[in-house]
Amino acid sequence: MSGAKANRPLFEKADWDFDLINRTYDAISEIGVGEMGLNIYPNQIEVITAEQMLDAYASIGMPNMYRHWSFGKHFAREEALYRKGARALAYELVINSDPCINYIMEENTMTMQTLVMAHAAMGHNHFFKNNYMFRQWTDATSILDYLRYAKDYIVECEQKVGTERVEMVIDSAHALMNQGISRYPVHRRSVRALRDRDVARREYEEATYNELWRTVPRSALPKPPPDPEARANLKDSEALGLPQENLLYFLEKHAPKLDEWQREILRIVRMLAQYFYPQRQTKVMNEGCATFCHYEIMNRLYDKGLITEGSMLEFMHSHSSVVFQPRFEDRFYSGMNPYALGFAMMRDIQRMCLTPTEEDKAWFPEFAGNGDPMGTLKEAWADYRDDSFIQQYLSPKVIRDFRLFSIHDSSDSPFVEVKSIHDETGYRRVRNALAAQYDSPARDPDIQVVSADLAGGRRLTLQHRVRNGVLLEKEQCDRTLQHVAHLWGYRVKMAEVDNDSGKTLKEHEALPLP
Amino acid sequence: MDIIDRRLNPKAKSLGNRQRFLRRAKAEIRESVRDALKRRKVSDVDAGEKVKIRSKSLREPSFGLGSGTGKRDFVLPGNKEFSVGDVIRKPEGGAGGSGSKGSPDGEGEDDFVFQLTRDEFLDIFFEDLKLPNLVKAKLKSIATPERIRAGISSDGSPSRLNKVRTMRNSLARRIALRRPKVSEVEELEQLIAVLEAESPRDEERINMLRARLARLNFVRKIVAYIDPIDLKYNRFERVPRPKTQAVMFCLMDVSASMTEQLKDLAKRFFMLLHLFLSRHYTAVDVVFIRHTTEAQEVDEETFFRDTETGGTVISTALEEMQRIVKERYPVDDWNIYAAQASDGHNFDDDMERCLELLNNDLLPLCQYFAYIEVAPEDGMPSMQSVAWSGYTEVAAANPHFAMKRVTNPGEIYPVFRELFAAQPAKEARR
Repeated sequence: MSGAKANRPLFEKADWDFDLINRTYDAISEIGVGEMGLNIYPNQIEVITAEQMLDAYASIGMPNMYRHWSFGKHFAREEALYRKGARALAYELVINSDPCINYIMEENTMTMQTLVMAHAAMGHNHFFKNNYMFRQWTDATSILDYLRYAKDYIVECEQKVGTERVEMVIDSAHALMNQGISRYPVHRRSVRALRDRDVARREYEEATYNELWRTVPRSALPKPPPDPEARANLKDSEALGLPQENLLYFLEKHAPKLDEWQREILRIVRMLAQYFYPQRQTKVMNEGCATFCHYEIMNRLYDKGLITEGSMLEFMHSHSSVVFQPRFEDRFYSGMNPYALGFAMMRDIQRMCLTPTEEDKAWFPEFAGNGDPMGTLKEAWADYRDDSFIQQYLSPKVIRDFRLFSIHDSSDSPFVEVKSIHDETGYRRVRNALAAQYDSPARDPDIQVVSADLAGGRRLTLQHRVRNGVLLEKEQCDRTLQHVAHLWGYRVKMAEVDNDSGKTLKEHEALPLP
Repeated sequence: MDIIDRRLNPKAKSLGNRQRFLRRAKAEIRESVRDALKRRKVSDVDAGEKVKIRSKSLREPSFGLGSGTGKRDFVLPGNKEFSVGDVIRKPEGGAGGSGSKGSPDGEGEDDFVFQLTRDEFLDIFFEDLKLPNLVKAKLKSIATPERIRAGISSDGSPSRLNKVRTMRNSLARRIALRRPKVSEVEELEQLIAVLEAESPRDEERINMLRARLARLNFVRKIVAYIDPIDLKYNRFERVPRPKTQAVMFCLMDVSASMTEQLKDLAKRFFMLLHLFLSRHYTAVDVVFIRHTTEAQEVDEETFFRDTETGGTVISTALEEMQRIVKERYPVDDWNIYAAQASDGHNFDDDMERCLELLNNDLLPLCQYFAYIEVAPEDGMPSMQSVAWSGYTEVAAANPHFAMKRVTNPGEIYPVFRELFAAQPAKEARR
């Protein structure tokens, strides 16, 4: 369709209408899918008002979320900030579903709508569909149905047992949301498969039986634990699948006092936590991918003469504020800006594929100068998450551009020490440190259920394996532990154990409130 | 690609969440409402309010790593002057600069301010006062219905007959149907009489005239003077519309024995009265009279803030009120309400004068006079104050005088129940 109109801009004014959005989407998708080869879910673009955007915000970005006071709190807060003018609303919101739902706001100008479609409907969409984290952990086709089911189920519970009791369970479940994730896919074997395996083993043993082995002394075989109590504990642990890092899963399956509906609510919250798990781990890549795509698409639209210079300037203005990285001393500094880092790295990969320097060739011999930036990027988008992406692709040039430096902070010293900066010896160390910073399993506290004492007082013991002496924040920990106790129904203990020495550094306890 | 317009979807989808949140934040909100009541003017209770949320019970906890312990490494952007091995003093107040980790849910959301709507605000205000639901609804509705003229109709009750319209219709009909006038008939009768008296009698003419007279009388008989189709009635409709005007006198003892807490109680009482009155009247004037041993009219600020020293002579306030009524609020134009708050102290020999003033001068002027005796919660309930025992006999003799002892906001409402239960009886007086 572009042939005839190639040199006529799609729009010259800020106003938009549905027909124009349709035509613009076609032009964008011709570039995104046609030229760049993005592989996307079908898009569904929904136009909403500012109030609806606030609404969606407050319910962690999901449509049809179940009702809970905390969403009301977020809404009140966002609304207050918005009214004060302290915060602008996001231009778009995108949901990892099939079809991929993009919310765009009615007050955006046409240029912004174009940018938003290029960003979300192309960039995020491609990332959702292709990244291995999303493919492994989330099911884009069923999430909306599941949310609808969850909402209905919780309404039903509220009607049956009262809002307050339901709310208490959701409160507790929300507190444990970060501990509601299974980080390793479970390989479930059916009972039949296990029996088959045993039979096969026995057959093998029979087939290879040799009288001679009987003469070999057996002392090397492990003895069963002599102490019957220890054996009982071991049996308990096995039955409960301990140690278990997914607290919500454990409580759902084994908490003695919960009703069926309470278990189901825990399950719903756990499913949501699992659904959001990949998003937390791919923030830099996801935003980087979307930003890279919109930058590329907008530029190509401009090159084709499909958008005006005015639009291009408007786009550049908002693009550059999105990818702005304040210095660490800056008043506005609040950590690394994932848009900035992701975009810079991906543009850098593009540059290295096309016009590599000697340094690039030395650092990235696999792809420097291969002339196929989209292929290289698509591979990166598909097979990495933030920490591995940084570990693999952060180049010295980006480190220099951002002037990254790594700091060591020890709580017993009044000083912090600069460990490495952007120089020959520092590149790799900065890269390792930054990658570790994005390694979510290593960054979140490592908390596991270790024993439940089902035969005795049913005291649940959690263990926090302390790395580098970083303890849990006490007040938060006590209050969260209270929630665990509420769900478990009996006394709960949290032991903070040093990962290296095995020494217990601190203990917290909580009793369920009557 | 599908494009869907969701802008027309039902709004306020988050209302359910908001209600749950407000229920949860009730303690804070009530605190804010209480603060607001101290700050607000009596006539100004009727608006939304900003609420600051800072409670721990509204935070959502999760397991997170503390910032004060252990060793950690992090990467920061924007190095200008540091090189390897430099040491930097940590900023005061803990581990600043460690921007790599935010608070567990990504933002510090301990304190924030949000807006309560007018309805939500009033709900909380009423809840403290323990108002019955029906009254709450009535107070929240902005207008009360009233009958107004709404044109004319062709049926109705005789008392609403519109005479002018009816007569105009009748006249028009009579002219259109050529109903003979009385004068015409009389003229003809006279003419006949004259002709009959003549001799010789012109029989032919007389007969002709007689026939004409008969015809005239016949027409007059069949065309009625007022026919049912002429009747027009005034029509009335009930439309919501506030009524006339009222003045509310707030009298308060401001001697040193009135503590802040007692004044706060009194203020709530005045506020509620104002709300009630502003539902019933178009305009409500408020007059503040404070008194110690002498009374003066003051503005609201002074009324609630200042504490005077000295004893208490209640009659001075009553005299001042009487003077103001005479000067500015003629009884024919204004509904007069008075509310007096005091801790009950008065000079013993002043009571007689008070009762005289009330019985003879003030009570006949007032729609209602409410006396509230505020007492600290630990006060002795059985103790009879000077004013209380004096007023008891006034209350017995006058149905529109109410008195009540109040130690907490929940006890204020019963006074109003009496007040507005008595209202219909006085409707006629207005």
